Amino acid sequence: MNRFEAVIGLEVHAELMTNAKMFCGCRVVDSVEAPPNSAVCPICLGMPGMLPAINRRAVEFALRVALALNCEIQAENVFARKNYFYPDLPKGYQISQYELPLARHGWLEISLPGGAKRRVGIRRVHIEEDTGKLTHLDGEGSLVDYNRSGVPLLEIVSEPELHSAEEVYAYAVRLRQILRYLQVNSGDLEKGVLRVEPNISLRPQGSSEFGTRTEVKNLNSFRALAAATEYELQRQEAILRQGGEVAQETRGWHEGRRETFSQRSKEEAEDYRYFPEPDLPPLFVDKAWIDRVRQELPELPAAKVDRYQEDLDLSHYDASVLTEDRPIAEWFEAAVKAGGEPKRVANWIINNLFALINESQQEITSIRVTPEGLVSLLKLVDEETISHNSAKDVLVEMFKTGKAPDAIVGERGLAQISDEQALEHIVSKVLALNAQQVQAYLEGKEQLQGWFVGQVMRETRGKANPELANELVTKLLERRR
Amino acid sequence: MELTSEEVKKVADLARLTLSEEEVEQYREQLSAVLDYVEQLNELALDGVTPTTHAVGQQNVLREDEARPSLGLEDVLYNAPAHTRRQFLIQAVLEDE
Repeated sequence: MNRFEAVIGLEVHAELMTNAKMFCGCRVVDSVEAPPNSAVCPICLGMPGMLPAINRRAVEFALRVALALNCEIQAENVFARKNYFYPDLPKGYQISQYELPLARHGWLEISLPGGAKRRVGIRRVHIEEDTGKLTHLDGEGSLVDYNRSGVPLLEIVSEPELHSAEEVYAYAVRLRQILRYLQVNSGDLEKGVLRVEPNISLRPQGSSEFGTRTEVKNLNSFRALAAATEYELQRQEAILRQGGEVAQETRGWHEGRRETFSQRSKEEAEDYRYFPEPDLPPLFVDKAWIDRVRQELPELPAAKVDRYQEDLDLSHYDASVLTEDRPIAEWFEAAVKAGGEPKRVANWIINNLFALINESQQEITSIRVTPEGLVSLLKLVDEETISHNSAKDVLVEMFKTGKAPDAIVGERGLAQISDEQALEHIVSKVLALNAQQVQAYLEGKEQLQGWFVGQVMRETRGKANPELANELVTKLLERRR
Repeated sequence: MELTSEEVKKVADLARLTLSEEEVEQYREQLSAVLDYVEQLNELALDGVTPTTHAVGQQNVLREDEARPSLGLEDVLYNAPAHTRRQFLIQAVLEDE
């Protein structure tokens, strides 16, 4: 039986987090939270006589993405009208880019399970505007909210070079991470500010022709993206195995039934009648502009992962966890800069700080523990002022109150007893109180040594320097032989 | 340039217009005449002229990313035939057939 190869390309739409819309001064608002139609004007309502003008920062954000995706930037950008009628599009056309998009021929490196890396081609990145939002009322018509109309939108189209649901997932996750690093998009799929649509087809292994593809929409999580892709691959394979033909169409994803369903057939090729937008003169992006944006690009996650491993000697796992979000990576780097030993700081963040952050449902940017604070805490451990265990308690307190670690240690009397004479006195007392166990120890039951150390810790409420206590217990016991 | 009835019907369909057979014929003649008129441009000798998308020499007309006040709700909905819950109320949208 012949085998099939999956051919998948991803079309991603990302709203840009500018203050104002793409072509007018209306504020970009949260389309879920804001009162409907509270951020609209004649331009984004498509009223006669309006004149759009390009938002400079939207272009700047688009350039960041294009450069981060290793694209060639086109010097001459022409906007085009994409004509179609739908109530979410008040002008009757969407301003987009067609023949001369902002950027082409890029690539994105994805990491696959097992550590393998692969470059996926980026066909194009172009700027357009988002449409309004429709809410369908049962049998009573539809409501239209134009707050989203005219919000800057970036379309990022990959080459059809993905071959499995796993790769689709890896690509989408990596792209979202980069958009967040670049601070141009929040990556919120649920709110629809980031929308990922796979184009899926199958062809016999070894064939160079493409099969008929379907496009899947309504995917509001990465899990839905992977599940829908997997479902669609299986559905198409079943059709092809029975000698049938896949219909070219747009399909929706039903989260409850976990299956795709036909939404709109594309038998008739879309006829958008693109033509150059007469209201917007061409946009030229010169080398100086590109160079400046390139210089201002942050270090991207893939580069950070490599650097953390090579220069800071972290494991691949630790490096990946710490670079998942830019604010976490920056917090970690600030702690290292403040003198923290990288491996140790990484452990404290991953093993202790993350738990506190998750428990309190905060972001690392809003917590009261500072990177410098963590480093001072670790210093107290190094200086043997407090034990490793007390340090964990102090961190919890720092997290709650924002106080400095030495203040907490002072207030709570956590400073550990490292004074040899003082501790020797306590050890003697413990031995005197437990004559029977001392006798047993001297008769050969040497595992009791640990029990004595435990008693010393109990007596000091955990403040005894554990190494010193250990040493003194052995010394004093042996002295009694 | 002579348009066919089919072409006229397709354009009408894209514009969401329903035309009678007489109207199709009427527009076929009129639109054909418009195209004939524009076709005169083909008589120009344009060898060596770089194609352009805009007649005016402007470029890079940009606006700063500054939010400004939007319209009040009353103005927004002023021309709407129907509205409710701060939104335009329209006939149920059916997917294109």
